[in-house]
Amino acid sequence: MNQSISVKRKYYGMLLKTLMLLSAGLVALLVVMLIAYVLLKGIPNITWQFLSTKPGYISKNIGILPDILNTVYIILATLLVVLPLGVGAAVYLTEYASNKRVVNLIEYAAETLSGIPSIIYGLVGMLLFSNSFGTCLMAGALTLVIMNLPTVMRTTQESLKTVPLSYREGAFGLGAGKWRVIRTVVLPGCVDGVITGCILSVGRIIGESAALLFTAGFAHAVNGVLDGLASPGATLTVALYVYAKEQGEFGVAFAIAAILMVLAVLINLSATGVQKRFEKRRSL
Amino acid sequence: MKNNQIIEKVIHGIFLMLGIISVCCVLLITAYLIVAGIPAIREIGLVNFLTGKEWASVAAEPKFGILPFILTSIYGTAGAILIGVPIGFLTAVYLSKLASPRVKSVMQSAVSLLAGIPSVVYGLIGMMVLVPGIRRMFDVPDGAGLMAAIIVLAIMILPSIIKMSITALDAVPKEYEDASLALGATSIETYFRVSVPAAKSGIAAAVVLGVGRAIGEAMAVMMVAGNAPNMPDSLFQSVRFLTTAVAGEMSYSSGLQQQALFSIALVLFIFIMVINILLNFILKREKE
Repeated sequence: MNQSISVKRKYYGMLLKTLMLLSAGLVALLVVMLIAYVLLKGIPNITWQFLSTKPGYISKNIGILPDILNTVYIILATLLVVLPLGVGAAVYLTEYASNKRVVNLIEYAAETLSGIPSIIYGLVGMLLFSNSFGTCLMAGALTLVIMNLPTVMRTTQESLKTVPLSYREGAFGLGAGKWRVIRTVVLPGCVDGVITGCILSVGRIIGESAALLFTAGFAHAVNGVLDGLASPGATLTVALYVYAKEQGEFGVAFAIAAILMVLAVLINLSATGVQKRFEKRRSL
Repeated sequence: MKNNQIIEKVIHGIFLMLGIISVCCVLLITAYLIVAGIPAIREIGLVNFLTGKEWASVAAEPKFGILPFILTSIYGTAGAILIGVPIGFLTAVYLSKLASPRVKSVMQSAVSLLAGIPSVVYGLIGMMVLVPGIRRMFDVPDGAGLMAAIIVLAIMILPSIIKMSITALDAVPKEYEDASLALGATSIETYFRVSVPAAKSGIAAAVVLGVGRAIGEAMAVMMVAGNAPNMPDSLFQSVRFLTTAVAGEMSYSSGLQQQALFSIALVLFIFIMVINILLNFILKREKE
């Protein structure tokens, strides 16, 4: 009797262990195959001409320079707006807010924002921004600001919490006012959170498509920064979608996908790298 | 001295304004969606709109029934959960409890990478690999449909499920496991009968988060689901989700058709809000 229970338990253990190994193996295989497939299909299509020209209907040329520039512009514009807003909100939450209910309300709102799907942001962005000043990169950037606000807020808040209370008390003790303490002691202490927030936001901006389709449009013109922000344009991700779904240019789509994949790897590595570095510094 | 106090007050005010921006954003989004979404519902009639089985927005006699989209979104999400949750959950238990630290850290970065891949890339791969694969394997005229969408969604929700479950499982106190081992349970029994129940609200939150992701995903689904407004009666049916119904017709819509799209967005938003509230409820209970 005792023997049979132990056999049953042995099989139970073996079965679950096998299932776990299979699942983990499947996930690992999936990641490797996704990356390998996209890179193998995409990299042969990437040439210097592809990266440095714009598409032309007469020459039948397809180049993604405008899309690269648009992506850079939209990242810059979004960060420029979202950083002060997000950092400010985080500072308010950790330094100023004394009412627990206000803090809860704000944190709840931020969580709600991070749960809203991007297609809804796209619609609201269209109603709010594109309908008032036209479909353009700036309308897209402002939409992305709302999307990334919770990310910047959260990372900044987390790093603000690690600034020791004694620093603040020391500064207050020396006679500094609240604003002076924030400016000279608190803000320098949250640089790591801000950088992490930036990296995560850049990753999200690069990957975003649904929120940009109806706010930033999908034109392929080469512009300077200011003209670019005021006119419609496709980012790399949107361009991938248009080339694959509307035009059937799969070679181009895979080339862009390969670029996006490499960027995703780089962003991922730098995010973990930054976090590790700051953790090490903090533990010293 | 007085001057300083004024400056401090002003700065306090500025930070307060920055602080409540996120609240304003939520209110603004809600208000805009309600204002934009109500007129069409009022014109079509709530019951007709929600339970109508036919969507023909550009026909001579337009019909605006979104039941096919609602059912597709529910079926698609359920399918993705059915496939994604067991795989994600077992992977999480393996990584949290059995894997060596090295394997764990490599796999964790692989999972974050999976989360960082843009949804259009998933859509592209789905279009080029999954759709022809399904067509050949099941011998159907077109592989784009509900099944392709379910598989893509299942892959896309894996990272959130794995990450959140690992966090929950890692937080289980070591004493629980030690006690169970000391009573003679095997390690596997301990993980599944002690650690997993102890982490159950975190894992539940992971599943709810996955539901939210799956129901809100638009672009990847649009590339593989076929996008015909059919009722989802078979796995190979070309279908339209709530998200893709909005995205697909937005660029050329006007009048009542466009207003109806906003109403669909409002329905989607209500779904998401319910999921958010559920998620918050679970997480709050866990904290206590």
